[in-house]
Amino acid sequence: MAAIEILGLEKTYRVGFWRTRAKCALRPLHLNVEEGEIFGFLGPNGAGKTTTLKLLMGLVFPSGGTARILGMEINDPRMKAQIGFLPERPYFYDYLTASELLEYYAQLSGVTAPERRRKVAEVLGRVGLQDAGGMQLRKFSKGMLQRVGIAQAILHDPRVLFFDEPMSGLDPMGRREVRDLMEELKQQGKTVFFSTHILSDAESLCDRVAIIHLGELRGVGAVEDLTSSVEGKVEIIWHGSSVPASLKTLITEYHLTGDTVRALVREANQDAAIDALRREGLRIISIVPVRTSLEEYFMRKLKPSEAAAGVSS
Amino acid sequence: MSARIAYIATNTFREAVRDRVLYNLIAFALLMSGAAILVGQISIGIEQLVVVNLGLTAVSVFGVVIAIFIGIGLVSKEIEKRTLYTVLSRPVQRWEFIVGKFFGLAGTLVVNTLFMAVGVFAALLYVSRSFQRADGWILVALYFIILQFLMMTAMALLFSSFSSPLLSAVFTFSLFVIGSFAEDLRGFAAMAQGISRWLATGAAYLVPNFSSLNVISSVAHQQPVSTQLIFSNSLYALVYTGMALCAAVLIFERRNLK
Repeated sequence: MAAIEILGLEKTYRVGFWRTRAKCALRPLHLNVEEGEIFGFLGPNGAGKTTTLKLLMGLVFPSGGTARILGMEINDPRMKAQIGFLPERPYFYDYLTASELLEYYAQLSGVTAPERRRKVAEVLGRVGLQDAGGMQLRKFSKGMLQRVGIAQAILHDPRVLFFDEPMSGLDPMGRREVRDLMEELKQQGKTVFFSTHILSDAESLCDRVAIIHLGELRGVGAVEDLTSSVEGKVEIIWHGSSVPASLKTLITEYHLTGDTVRALVREANQDAAIDALRREGLRIISIVPVRTSLEEYFMRKLKPSEAAAGVSS
Repeated sequence: MSARIAYIATNTFREAVRDRVLYNLIAFALLMSGAAILVGQISIGIEQLVVVNLGLTAVSVFGVVIAIFIGIGLVSKEIEKRTLYTVLSRPVQRWEFIVGKFFGLAGTLVVNTLFMAVGVFAALLYVSRSFQRADGWILVALYFIILQFLMMTAMALLFSSFSSPLLSAVFTFSLFVIGSFAEDLRGFAAMAQGISRWLATGAAYLVPNFSSLNVISSVAHQQPVSTQLIFSNSLYALVYTGMALCAAVLIFERRNLK
């Protein structure tokens, strides 16, 4: 079953003093996220990622379309008991301590009284704040607030988690911990839908990603598929200080570094290039297919000319 | 359902109690009661009258200031700081949030009023050495002040549900001032002609009638308050508060939290 089904969800805001101008924040979006997936929602700032998340959380109302989470409508309280949400740059009631805040959220999420204290202590430990539970949130650093944000999202053991820029404000160690936490959530069978513009995070974590730009879906698919050898080239590295004349017609570009040569060859010319290197008696170090990085794919999808090619879902 | 309203109300109460500005206001109200004692001592023969008048007025004015000051930020501040996002993404209905916020602030004001009332009674005991039977009417005046606070809270919440804290403060305070002269507005409406009459009558019934809730002067003169007035004021405050809350819910249910 799809954990998240987005069926033509769209959002247009009325702007200007008389609210006469229409500003499209999200064009009709169709997207399915399967249960147990880590799904990355990628896009530059202002692409429509947060608008999509706010629509799914029922914080803003769609201009058209609908969505279902765990088969239920987005305003269904039964569904909301089974989701967790971390907003972008979260801000909490700063007069409360971390424990009081989590206790309050546990109450609102319907966690039973005997369970609350145990759950609060457990999630504080899980996000590395076990010693900060009694501290008022006004004294927390940005990174600590982000950790509290993650704690409140996972507090009630939800089945689906929505994280808006979860790595924002975290140091490298914190980012690593969040990545580990997301992997752990996946192993527990949870669905994680997170927005980011940090592509390395998405590449290392996600089963599938979607790319959104200017409120429009530009591409969606498994990370392996998007970064597979779509270039149709291989990189051959060998010991040597020059490119033999017999190879020059076969390679598209090369670089000399010390006593190694790194050359790009079309897949069709791969065997001929290897034969030529053997004939010349040069020692081949490696032959690796060239994979498109997620960053290259992302940049390509953001180009207006290619946007016209449509969505590749 | 009711449990979530109670949790939100408790959290709102806790927020207000931990707000240092609130303590300043309470301290100021207690100072006013102290000042009443001082003025009472120099008002030979009418100490009791001055103490009750000044004390209850201080309770009313500072309670209204607290209601406006906190009430205007109840919703808009939560939207502005985005604290609402992590509340409404849970199984909390928007109307539950509004009603919870209302009860939280109403509870805060009732507790504050009780504290300030202790100050007034202490001042009264200080100047008159003993309580009289007629002093019991002060409790009715305090009850009417609380009714006034409930109406103010609901209105502050209503304005807070669609406008900025500054505009909400201006709207709520304006309504408080106009409402305090509601009887005069009704008198003007009765005398006016044509369209002015219609407009004045409409405005007189739209704004809250705080005139009838103000019995401070008659209580200070130890005059009794009629049961009918207690009943009609209670009903009026209940209906007006309920309607303002319904309007706040209706607006907030449709609001995009950008």
